[in-house]
Amino acid sequence: MSQAVYLIAYLAIIVFISAVIKRIVHYIRSPLHVRWEIYPVAHDSKRASYGGGYLEEVDWWKKERNVSLIGELKVMIPEILFLKTVWENNRPLWYITYPFHLGLYLTIAFFALLIIGAIAQLSGVAAGPKVPLLMSTVMALTNLIGPVGFILAIIGAAGLIYKRLTNPGLRNYSTFSHFFNLILFIVTMGIAILTWLFIDPTFILARAFIVNLISFNISQINSSLFLLQVLLAVLTIAYIPLTHMSHFFMKYFLYHDIRWGDEPNINTPETDKKIGVVLNYPVSWSAPHIAGHGKETWAEVATFNPVAEPETGKEKVDE
Amino acid sequence: MSKSKMVKISDISKDSDKLTSVAVEDLMPLPGDFEDKEWDEIPEETREQYACILDDVNILQIPLPKTTKEEEELVNKFINGMRKLFTKEDNWTFLTLLETTMEYCAKCNTCSDSCHLFEASGENEMYRPNYRTEIFRRIYKKYVKEEPLSKWRNGDVDLNWRTVARIGELAYRCNICRRCAQTCPIGADNALVAREIRKIFSQEMGIATPELHKSGSMLQLQYGSSTKMNKLIVRDNIDFIDEDFSEETGYEFKTPWDVEGADILLIHNAGEIMAWPENIAAFSIIFQAAGISWTLSSDLAAYDSINYGVFYDDVQFARTAILQAQAATRLGVKKIVLGECGHAHKALTVIADRVLPEPLKIPRESCFPILRDIVMSGKIKFDPERNNFPVTLHDPCNITRLMGIIKPQRDIVKKLCPQFREMNPHGPFNYCCGGGSGYAIMSRNNIPEWRFKITGRKKLSQILDAFSDCRGSEMKKYVCAPCSNCKGQIRDIFKRYDLFEKEQLAYGGLVELIVNAMVDVNPGYIKWGEEY
Ligand code: SF4
Ligand code: SF4
Repeated sequence: MSQAVYLIAYLAIIVFISAVIKRIVHYIRSPLHVRWEIYPVAHDSKRASYGGGYLEEVDWWKKERNVSLIGELKVMIPEILFLKTVWENNRPLWYITYPFHLGLYLTIAFFALLIIGAIAQLSGVAAGPKVPLLMSTVMALTNLIGPVGFILAIIGAAGLIYKRLTNPGLRNYSTFSHFFNLILFIVTMGIAILTWLFIDPTFILARAFIVNLISFNISQINSSLFLLQVLLAVLTIAYIPLTHMSHFFMKYFLYHDIRWGDEPNINTPETDKKIGVVLNYPVSWSAPHIAGHGKETWAEVATFNPVAEPETGKEKVDE
Repeated sequence: MSKSKMVKISDISKDSDKLTSVAVEDLMPLPGDFEDKEWDEIPEETREQYACILDDVNILQIPLPKTTKEEEELVNKFINGMRKLFTKEDNWTFLTLLETTMEYCAKCNTCSDSCHLFEASGENEMYRPNYRTEIFRRIYKKYVKEEPLSKWRNGDVDLNWRTVARIGELAYRCNICRRCAQTCPIGADNALVAREIRKIFSQEMGIATPELHKSGSMLQLQYGSSTKMNKLIVRDNIDFIDEDFSEETGYEFKTPWDVEGADILLIHNAGEIMAWPENIAAFSIIFQAAGISWTLSSDLAAYDSINYGVFYDDVQFARTAILQAQAATRLGVKKIVLGECGHAHKALTVIADRVLPEPLKIPRESCFPILRDIVMSGKIKFDPERNNFPVTLHDPCNITRLMGIIKPQRDIVKKLCPQFREMNPHGPFNYCCGGGSGYAIMSRNNIPEWRFKITGRKKLSQILDAFSDCRGSEMKKYVCAPCSNCKGQIRDIFKRYDLFEKEQLAYGGLVELIVNAMVDVNPGYIKWGEEY
């Protein structure tokens, strides 16, 4: 059984990483899209505060753009850490969804601390009677952050289920998978709490499991509760990027490339090249103003005027 | 939530006369004494010809299928179009944006309260920004993407001719103002979905609103302008404007045409020539007074900046943008400057930026920065006392939220209008006038009634609030709406509620305010009520 759990854990990690990569690669490989930005554009360091952009300047193409990574971070960090947009536009939901997200963030931090602890253990830093202060801090934080994260996620998930069931507006849009996802979190986090309470109060087992995973040391797991916890945790990890919850990393592209994608096509031969490619894509739309004129590519269709030619001809004669 | 306002996703395919109806008593209250009546009926002949099964209005004219075969055809054509919409070849323009909205929406409804239609309708579920998107998403996942267990994972929707007819019509219950997209924590875009659905109908099924297509973009391609003015008529009309306004203002000016090598090609929305000639004249006066090297072009589509493709059809969009850029290249001007028309601004400056190939990459900019520079330069003498009446500024969505041009127009009104006051909210967070995405030019059947009751309601309420200290007919007030479509919508709504008289309201563009304050021009360029 233990071997199977290790195998599933490795598979889950592979699924997680592949699914994340697949989504990102799919996005990056998608064809050039038109500009469709929405202001305020956060990286415009001079004007983002009031929602302006470089198009406010005469001869804007001759001027330097003020693209500031700090500007983007100033929006992104509160957005990620505090769900600022939800706070501003949907306060009643924020009170529920924030504990849920905070619970997940703390759980991610807990995993990171576990991994740091495991690496330290493997490298001998955390071994022996004199554990360095830094490592004991990591372990203390792991012990604190884990359970707080699990509890917050459970409270948030339960609140979200309640909200989705009782708010008629939300109910209309809530599908089976919403409830399944939330219940999955409650069960996984619930088992994690039980494991912590009864089997692994200082996460020694959890850290040892990660040490084993890293060092490919498939050793026996004796507690069936711990086994169940590992199983649920890795399945949840594998499941997240297969669902809409992958917004947690795809949001970067939606913000950075679409919402704030104001890069003009000035001195950008790369964009011109891409325009050349897309304009040569074939068009198969069937409406009469597009099809049936013997024009096949976007370039041909877009430079063809289905109605004006005779008219302009006549005008030339008139003149 | 009252029962009539609650519409379920599954209702979209139901065999019923209407999906929903917005009751007068549910409408968002306006500040003051305003009365709305029950909906006028859609005329019998329209109902016989077209599928009018969504609510009390009919905008998209989807032929009513008469036989089972026609019903099936409607569904098949729609689904074919939807499949094409999700291919890079047919929809490279928006595929990435659409796919991300399909995949990552959390269905949290955070975007709902930002929508002025949802608010004005008293929160009728049909107007929730995510309603049409969710139906579209379920169809996509089940029939296009064919996700395993889609019904279970994503929720189900029955795809029959009613679903298709209703979702088509529903794509025209949105101003595509993208205020909802601005508030989405994920970055999903429900406005885009409305436009993409319009594209399926237009580009695949050949169904578009007559105002946007047959009498809109097609006329522009045919005559050069949706007004049907060809180059000879347009030049005649502008000559007449030059004469008329030279006389009226006491400022002799001449609008230049087809000047090769001029610095600027100015493109107006040609609708201004007919409806607001004072806007055209004001540009000519200002540019002449400032000594700018500029011209208009009489080339096809280059004297009318409109590009209705932005609202419903990528092919029509690209055709128009290309014609406009070609005209500029032919004249050898240094840049195109767009007059006061919001969608034209966004179309040619932003969207066309990744459509125009290398030889047509002529720089394009808004008129507001150059107007600001002129006003601030001291080249023209102004007397702000001439503008000493309450002025508020409407922010056209396309220019502000979608282009980030916020400050230039404010610098001007702050300098020239002593009683300027902002609407709340404003700038990139403004509300649409209610005419956005094509409705401002629609007056068929009871569409105007819908524009007054639902789409324009929030803007009206904002305008009245901005003048809360000077309401009534005692004091003249001015709404500066620097966009032709917005002006059309504001004009119609003022007329509907008698506000020209009851509130002494006038509306107009930004250039009119500039000329009104010019010392070299006779006073009284802006007119109120019977002065028109
Ligand atoms: S579009 Fe955005 S705000 Fe609206 S429901 Fe989807 S995720 Fe929530
Ligand atoms: S784009 Fe504007 S009108 Fe359309 S749903 Fe969003 S907020 Fe409402």
